[in-house]
Amino acid sequence: MGPTRSPLRRIAEFWRRGSAFVWLSAAALALSLLMITTLVGFIAVKGLGFFWPRALVQATTPEGPVLGEIAAFEPALGEEPAKVQFRVANRDLYGQDFRWFKAADLSARQEPAGAVLVERLENGAFIGFVEVLKQDGQRVAEGDAALAAARARLPEALDLQRGIRAIEKREVGSLNRDMEKLRLQRKALENRPGADTTALDAREAALHKAYDALQARLDGLRGRASALQLTLRTVDGQTKELPLSAVVRLVEPNRLGPLAKAGTYFSRLWEFVSGDPRESNTEGGIFPAIFGTVMMVLIMSVMVVPLGVVTALFLREYAKDGWLVRSVRVAVNNLAGVPSIVFGVFGLGFFVYTLGGAIDRAFYADRLPTPTYGTGGILWASLTLALLTVPVVVVATEEALGAVPRSQREASLALGATKWQTLWKVVLPGATPGILTGLILAMARGAGEVAPLMLTGVVKLAPAMPLDGEFPFFHLDRKFMHLGFHIYDVGFQSPNSEAAKPMVYMTALLLLGVVVLLNLVALRLRRRLRERLGGSAF
Amino acid sequence: MEPEGQNPIPEPVVLPSPEAAAPARDLAAGASPVLPLTDAAAVTAKALLEVRGLDLFYGAKQALHGVDLDVKEHTVMAFIGPSGCGKSTLLRSLNRMNDLIDGVRVEGSVRLGGEDLYAPGVDVIGLRKRMGMVFQKSNPFPKSIYENVIYGLRIQGVKDRHVLDEAVETSLKRAGLWEEVRDRLKDSALGLSGGQQQRLCIARALAVKPEVLLMDEPCSALDPIATSRIEELIFELKKDYTIVIVTHNMQQAARASDYTAFFWLGKLVEVGLTEKLFTTPRERMTEDYITGRFG
Repeated sequence: MGPTRSPLRRIAEFWRRGSAFVWLSAAALALSLLMITTLVGFIAVKGLGFFWPRALVQATTPEGPVLGEIAAFEPALGEEPAKVQFRVANRDLYGQDFRWFKAADLSARQEPAGAVLVERLENGAFIGFVEVLKQDGQRVAEGDAALAAARARLPEALDLQRGIRAIEKREVGSLNRDMEKLRLQRKALENRPGADTTALDAREAALHKAYDALQARLDGLRGRASALQLTLRTVDGQTKELPLSAVVRLVEPNRLGPLAKAGTYFSRLWEFVSGDPRESNTEGGIFPAIFGTVMMVLIMSVMVVPLGVVTALFLREYAKDGWLVRSVRVAVNNLAGVPSIVFGVFGLGFFVYTLGGAIDRAFYADRLPTPTYGTGGILWASLTLALLTVPVVVVATEEALGAVPRSQREASLALGATKWQTLWKVVLPGATPGILTGLILAMARGAGEVAPLMLTGVVKLAPAMPLDGEFPFFHLDRKFMHLGFHIYDVGFQSPNSEAAKPMVYMTALLLLGVVVLLNLVALRLRRRLRERLGGSAF
Repeated sequence: MEPEGQNPIPEPVVLPSPEAAAPARDLAAGASPVLPLTDAAAVTAKALLEVRGLDLFYGAKQALHGVDLDVKEHTVMAFIGPSGCGKSTLLRSLNRMNDLIDGVRVEGSVRLGGEDLYAPGVDVIGLRKRMGMVFQKSNPFPKSIYENVIYGLRIQGVKDRHVLDEAVETSLKRAGLWEEVRDRLKDSALGLSGGQQQRLCIARALAVKPEVLLMDEPCSALDPIATSRIEELIFELKKDYTIVIVTHNMQQAARASDYTAFFWLGKLVEVGLTEKLFTTPRERMTEDYITGRFG
C-alpha cells in the first residue's frame, strides 16, 4: 500500500480495523459515566444545599408584608408572569410553609438584620423576630438583647429537654415493661383458680407508686423547662409564645458571616445524620433509619453467605452433573429475576405468619394474642432479603470455586487429604475473594430493596432500635426503619411533602453513602485477601 | 476436567515410519516385554511397587495397555516416551490420582509392598500418604512456607508445635531448602523462585514420610541450574525413598535414574537398567527414540 490511498480505501481500512466500534464503546462508556455522575451530583446538590442558611428576605406585597427564604423562582412563561416562591414557615399560624407571589408584586425588598429562623420541636420552623424573653412571667430582655439571652440559655434548655426525653424513653419504658410482665403473670394465674395474687397486687401497687414518683419528677422538669418563654413576632404582627425548651436552633442568617453559616450548616448536617426524626419524619435526623439499614444488611450478609456458599459447594463439588443439577442451577439463576415484591409476599406468608406464628405459639404463648415474632421484624426482613440475594452469592461462589487452580487441589489430595479437607483448607480459602465479590453484589442489591421490606417489618417510625442496652441487646423481633422506605415515606406519604423534598434527596444521598461504605469495607477485605493469596485466585 | 500437565488422552504422536517400526516386536499383538531382571543387583533388590497387566481406560479410549513393571526399593525409576504415551497416566495410577477424573476405569493390579492398591475397600487416603507426589508445575499453597510444609501433618491432625517445627526443619533440610528459607518461614511461599517452590513442594511431600516419591516432570518448568539442584536432590533422596520420575528430558533420565522404562502409545516398550537401555537398547523403537529419530 502506497502513501497515497484513495478515500475509499481509507474508509475500508477504518472499518477493517474496527475503529468505529472502539469509538462506539467509548461513547457508551462516557454516556454511562455521565448518567451516573449526573444522578449522584443532582442528588448531592439538591440534598446538601438544604442545610446552608439562606438569607431571610422581607418584601411588601398587596397582601401585606412577607418574610422568608426565597425557595424558587419561575420566570415568565407566555401569559404567566414571573413568580417567586417564599418559604414563610410558621405553619401553625399560616397553615402552610410555602407561598407563591408574582415577582412584579414584590416591592421594598430588604434583608432585615434582626430576622431570625427558629427551628422548633413542633410545627416546623418559625420565621420572624424575637421580641421578649421572659422567665417565670418576668421580662428578662427585649429585642436583640432577648435574642442574645435566648441564645446564651439555649444549651441549658436543650439539656433539660434531652433529660426529659431520656426519662420518658428509658425509665418510663422500663416501668412499662415491668407492668407488661406483671400482666402476663396475672394472666397465667387466672387460668388456675384459687391462685394467690396478693404478691402480684403488692408489686403492681409498688410499680404504680414508682410511676407516680417518676411522673412527679417529670412534671418538675417540665415546669423548669417552661420557665423560660420566648415571645416571637411575625412580620405581619402576630405574636407567638414559645418555651425555650421547644427550640432546637436559633439562626439569624442575615447577620452571619460565611464561617458562622458553615458552623450552622455542619450543626444541621450532624443533627440530620445522628438525630431522631421529628414531625412525622419531615424534620430532625434519620439515624434510626441509617442504623436499621446497616443492621439489616449485616444480618442479611450473615445469613446469605453461609447459605449461598454451601449451596454452591454442593452444586459444584459434590453433586453429579446431571439434569437435576442443571435444573437446580437454572432455577437458582431464575430466582434472581423474580420481582422483589414476590419475595416480600413469601416472607410475609412463610417467615412472618407461618414461622413467626409457630415461634409465638411455642415460646411466647403467654403474650398472645399480641404477636412477638408473628409480625414483621428485622429478622424476617433480613431473611427475606437473604433469600432474594442468595442467587448472586451462589453464582459468584460457583465461579470462584471453579477458578481455584486444579493443581492446588491435586497437591492437597496427593498429600492424603480427603475431599472435604481439600475443600475446607485449600479451595474455600482460595475462593474467598470471589465469594466476597458475591457478597458485595448481594449487599448492593439488598440495601436498596424496599418493596419486600414493606411487607416484612419496616415501619415509618420505630419506637425502639433493634439493638440497644436492654437485655438481650439484639431484638430481632423489632420493627425497624430503613433509608429506602424513608425516602418513599417522607417524599410521598408525608402531609408536608414540599417541605420534606430536600429530606428525600438527603436520605437518598445517605442511602447511596451507606451502600458505598459497606461495599468499600468488603472491597478492602477482598483486596487484603487477594494480596495474601498472591494473585493466584482471580 | 483436564488434569494439568500431561494430557491423559493420547495425542497424535509423530509415528515412526512403518519401515522403522517393523523390526520392533509386534506390540499390537499384546505381547508384554520380558522384565529384564538380569542384573545381579536388580535381582537382589526387593520390588516395592509391582504393576501387573495394568489397563487404563478414559471412557472408551484405552490409555494403558497391559503394563507390567517392577520398581525396586531405594532405586530411581524414570519413565520416558513421547507426549501422550501414557507415562504420566501410569504415574498417576500408582497413587490413584486418576480416580479424580470422571470415567476412568482401571484393570490389572498395582501392589505396594504386596498390598493391592486397586482391591475393593482400599483406603485411598491412607495410600496417598504413603506416596508423595511432586507435580510438573510447582504448586505451593498460597500460605506461608511453614504452613506449606506441615500441610500434610495438619490434615492428619498433628497439633504438637514441637513435632511440626521439627518436621519443617528436617523436611526443608532434606529438600535442600532450609538454608535459603530458615529466616522467613512465615513468609508466603509464593514469594519463592520457581526452583525453590519446586523444592518446597518436595519438602511438603517428604514431611508426611512417604515410602515412594512420585515426580511428574518435576524440572520441566525450571532453568538448568534449578534442574541440576533437583537432580542432585533425587540422588540424595534415593537412599531413603523409592523414586519414580516422569521426564521428557532423556539426559535427565540417563543422569538421575537407575532404571528406565520407555513407553509408546500406552504400551511399555522396554524397561531395564538405565545404563543398558541407553547404550544397548533391545528394541529398535527405543533406540530410535533415544537417538532422537522420533518423539
